[in-house]
Amino acid sequence: MDINKKIDVKEILKDLDKYISKNNGRGWVWRDAGAHQYGEFTYYQSGSPLKNSVPLPSARSVNNIDPQPDCSITTEIASGRFEDDIRRMRMAAWHGADHIMVIRTAGQSHFDGLIEGTTQGIGGIPVTRKVVRAQRRALDMIEEEVGRPINYHSYVSGVAGPEIAVMFAEEGVSGVHQDPQYNVIYRNINMVRSFVDAAESKKIIAYSNMMQLDGAHNANATAKDAWNVMPELFVQHAINSLFSEKIGIKPELILLSTVPPAASPTPDLRLNLPYAVALRDLFNKYKMRAQMNTKYMDSSTREATVTHVLNLVLSRLTSADIQSTITPDEGRNVPWHIYNIEACDTAKQALVGMDNLKELVNLNLDGTLGKDARALKERAILYMEDIIKQGGYFEAVGNGSFVDSGFFPERNGDGIPRDPKGGIGAEDIFVRDKDYLAPVAAHYGYNNYEQYGVKDHLELIGKCSLEDPTMITWIDELDENDNVYNRLEETKKYRESNLIKPEVEWLGDGVIAVDLCFPTSKNIAQAAALELGKKMNLEDVEVIHTEILHPVEGTRIQFKGKVAFDINIDELEIPEEPEVMSVEEISAYIDEHPIKVVAGTIGEDEHSVGLREIIDIKHGGIEKYGVTYEYLGTSVPIEKMVDAAIELNAQAILISTIISHDDIHYKNMKKLVDYAIEKGVRDDLVIVVGGTQVTPDTAIKNGVDAGFGRGTKGIHVITAIIKALQEKEGK
Amino acid sequence: MAINKKIDTFEQDRQHLINLSDQEIHDKFWALTEEIVAPLLALAQKNTTPSVERSVLIRLGFSSIEAKAIVEKVMDHNLMSKGAGHVVYVASKENNISIKEAGLGLIEDKYWDSVIKYFKGDK
Repeated sequence: MDINKKIDVKEILKDLDKYISKNNGRGWVWRDAGAHQYGEFTYYQSGSPLKNSVPLPSARSVNNIDPQPDCSITTEIASGRFEDDIRRMRMAAWHGADHIMVIRTAGQSHFDGLIEGTTQGIGGIPVTRKVVRAQRRALDMIEEEVGRPINYHSYVSGVAGPEIAVMFAEEGVSGVHQDPQYNVIYRNINMVRSFVDAAESKKIIAYSNMMQLDGAHNANATAKDAWNVMPELFVQHAINSLFSEKIGIKPELILLSTVPPAASPTPDLRLNLPYAVALRDLFNKYKMRAQMNTKYMDSSTREATVTHVLNLVLSRLTSADIQSTITPDEGRNVPWHIYNIEACDTAKQALVGMDNLKELVNLNLDGTLGKDARALKERAILYMEDIIKQGGYFEAVGNGSFVDSGFFPERNGDGIPRDPKGGIGAEDIFVRDKDYLAPVAAHYGYNNYEQYGVKDHLELIGKCSLEDPTMITWIDELDENDNVYNRLEETKKYRESNLIKPEVEWLGDGVIAVDLCFPTSKNIAQAAALELGKKMNLEDVEVIHTEILHPVEGTRIQFKGKVAFDINIDELEIPEEPEVMSVEEISAYIDEHPIKVVAGTIGEDEHSVGLREIIDIKHGGIEKYGVTYEYLGTSVPIEKMVDAAIELNAQAILISTIISHDDIHYKNMKKLVDYAIEKGVRDDLVIVVGGTQVTPDTAIKNGVDAGFGRGTKGIHVITAIIKALQEKEGK
Repeated sequence: MAINKKIDTFEQDRQHLINLSDQEIHDKFWALTEEIVAPLLALAQKNTTPSVERSVLIRLGFSSIEAKAIVEKVMDHNLMSKGAGHVVYVASKENNISIKEAGLGLIEDKYWDSVIKYFKGDK
């Protein structure tokens, strides 16, 4: 794939019915965790470098290294249009995500059977064979681009679990959520049905080496005070983990989906750390997917990010095999592209920053930490003894034992009771007869091959679709109105012309966010923001975040709205990017050819800030590359600039000129160049000029070697000086 | 027996755990889990559901729509306890046709006589 080309959805869809991913059957892939060198640093909890990636913003100060943490990084994707999700996956992969978790559309878990086609979803996509295959095909390209395997993930729950599991196995999905307790407690699906379906699903998951997450984290989100459900969380994790292992999933592919239950302003670490320690002690055979806290998430992305960084501290103080990244805007929106990316960067930055933390600090298990962790384990044991006393899991659920907000053995009587004989699908359970048979691979439970004198399906009828993907029967579209082709047609102009529009999740959605402060109270500020949006000609204006700076002095507002117009790329004036040499190239040149520069603001001009930023080391100025300079100050006569350069034997003159009335800045450049010619030194000197009103081309027309406008950095200037000197040497 | 409000009695309830080592706590935790999980596994061993059977048919090469139709017919004929894949296999064997042909025929109400006869005779 060409990194300078957008992914063409039409290409992905072409001959999709015949596409067989090379990753079918690969299962889950971990990073090669260990010590890796990035630039001058060794990272002890890291993975291999990527072939293509976007480093953290500050990486430009450290040679653009992009260290990757050791654990897999998840991004959750849920826009409702799989074709737009593909671009988000590509962006996320460049920012370090290698676990793409696709959320299902609302209501899919109650659908009795597989759904097909490419209909638009709500809060997620309809996870159909066609969508899965299209996204896997895109990821096959993306993983080659970034140079790291990418795991595709979705959900095996609801009343069609086994069928979804088979479809996932056939299509090369490598990670799933599967936990019958989730069906029972949150979806009111009949308990027996949930566990029977789950066993079959898990057998298929085991067969395909998929990674499996449980659903225990949902108890945090549901309970009134999430930290009180800790004892129950152990129990839910344990039931699903052991049930899965007994069916055949390898322990190293059984992951606990664990969320730090508390969040600041509670004493976050004091509550969460004992829990995390106890969990990793008891579940040492299994692995950890560290999920971020969403329960205590409001509309402030800043606050959510801090909560998540505290969660990441916990991951490094204990362990995480997969680190999830909840988007910090989840509290107010369907997640936007930019927040998916921010979340990936937050995880990467924090994990890399805390590399090998456990080598630096020890957990003090002799104090309250150890005591609290032990108490949690004991509470969990008491919880399980209580389940057994009630007659088992079904009876305990029936009595409302689960998701009670009391800190067990405390009870508040507000759990979610489910009738073991009721719920969705209760009537659809059938006892297998003695001659029951299911002649396929990866089937759980009683299966009578002996009646036909064979040992498996291969002897009886041959391969099944898990062994021979050509057996799969493809269904393309079932809805002639709601499908990807119609959506592509609607957004055609943004794919096939030079029109663009801002975007948060769907191509051409036109959504922008505006961030501002009104010097007034909350209610007035919110109303004023809506009016402002209207006056800015935005459509569907909605306040998405409000923060009181002071009850009357100020309110911060973020609102979103849609722009009604397109931008034509052809009509834009796009300046060329200034050339930049690498730090090594610059140092090598200056080592051999020391450079001295005379600098000052010319004319009747007292501005000095811009020039100081270009020369001072502390602003990343040219001094940092070993250039020496003589700063002559402000309002320097042009003759003095040239005379000083001659006297000091300088290689370059660096002038700043801000005042531009009557083109005085260009006139002064010309005068300086003429004086240098008159003195016979023009050919020996590089003359560079900068200022907010300087246009590079016009400056060169006025006789200088290079001109720089707004946004210039020292590296641009030193690059220009060296290039000009090299050219002069060449002559 | 609905769960009622109850105060935290941890200190008195934990008396039998206080003197256990960390390893013993670990082992006890997993022994209890085994006890809770065992009947759930047994249940899954001996039961089946429409979704399990549809997943078998998909593995036999049927589409989701075909699988759904076949399982509905199997339920109509009270043969879920035999396995839907088994029903299709019997239709294929008794009529000397492919698995695919047998399944598609069953949707169109063909081959059921042979299937019913087979399972009756089998018992």
